[in-house]
Amino acid sequence: MLSYFSNPQRFDQLARTLIPIFGGLAVILLGVGVYLSFFASPPDYQQGETIRIMYVHVPAAYMAMALYAALAVASFVYFVWRHALADTAAEVIAPIGAVFTVLALFTGSLWGKPMWGTWWEWDARMTSVLVLLLVYLGYMALRAALEDAQQAARTGAILAMAGIINLVIVKFSVDWWSSLHQPASVIRFDGPTIHSSQLWPLAVMALGYTFLAGWLILYRLRSQALRRRARTLQRKREQAARAREEAVS
Amino acid sequence: MSAFFDMGGYAAFVWPTWGVSFAALAGLILHAVLERRAARAALRRLEDDEA
Repeated sequence: MLSYFSNPQRFDQLARTLIPIFGGLAVILLGVGVYLSFFASPPDYQQGETIRIMYVHVPAAYMAMALYAALAVASFVYFVWRHALADTAAEVIAPIGAVFTVLALFTGSLWGKPMWGTWWEWDARMTSVLVLLLVYLGYMALRAALEDAQQAARTGAILAMAGIINLVIVKFSVDWWSSLHQPASVIRFDGPTIHSSQLWPLAVMALGYTFLAGWLILYRLRSQALRRRARTLQRKREQAARAREEAVS
Repeated sequence: MSAFFDMGGYAAFVWPTWGVSFAALAGLILHAVLERRAARAALRRLEDDEA
């Protein structure tokens, strides 16, 4: 299937179909999610109304990690099979993932202050998520710094794949070290441990975030295809101009 | 109504969380749309020159 859709025309066709679907689903899910988060879920028995921070904090953190995994997979596909589309996907995913990481840190901080009594603590979960942000930013800076596009793509891919180690540390940081942050309560082997009245808004918001991220990635991939076409045209034009000059001299 | 906005005394934490989250998502969407517009305009310029 991967090789089937690596054909640029077929991919464009698929993206054209999926973009409105993803966009529509994102709007609906986020709308329903806001309603569930504020009107259809009770305050927490310990945390009171601050529980409503969870409904945007957890989806942001989950997107920060899921998009990093996607970045690493795209990098791997590019590195092994040299699919240009996979490299463009990696390039497009990185800044989106970085924004979600900032949101996870920011909303976590606003939740930490009232519940833990601190905006920030240098413990394993928070520090490893900060490192995740630095890896995203490092990846983007590296690509921007290397002028040769091929070299930028290959070096970036290596960095993105190496960064997987940190992603694993983020996930298990709450089990391996004692952390202010609570351990996993949704994605665990024995099933979620939070009440359904809180799980529903969380799940709907997380799905909304997922479709929005999908929309952003596909939409931006199509824009990159336009830019690539412009670059090719420009290059052809420059070659033609050079050929004319040589003919004159 | 005011009890709703008060968020049990946690308004200063709940509302900025949601506000900044949605502002950031809107920013991502706006960036994507502007990027598309710029790409399309650049391509059109090149193609018009061609004709």
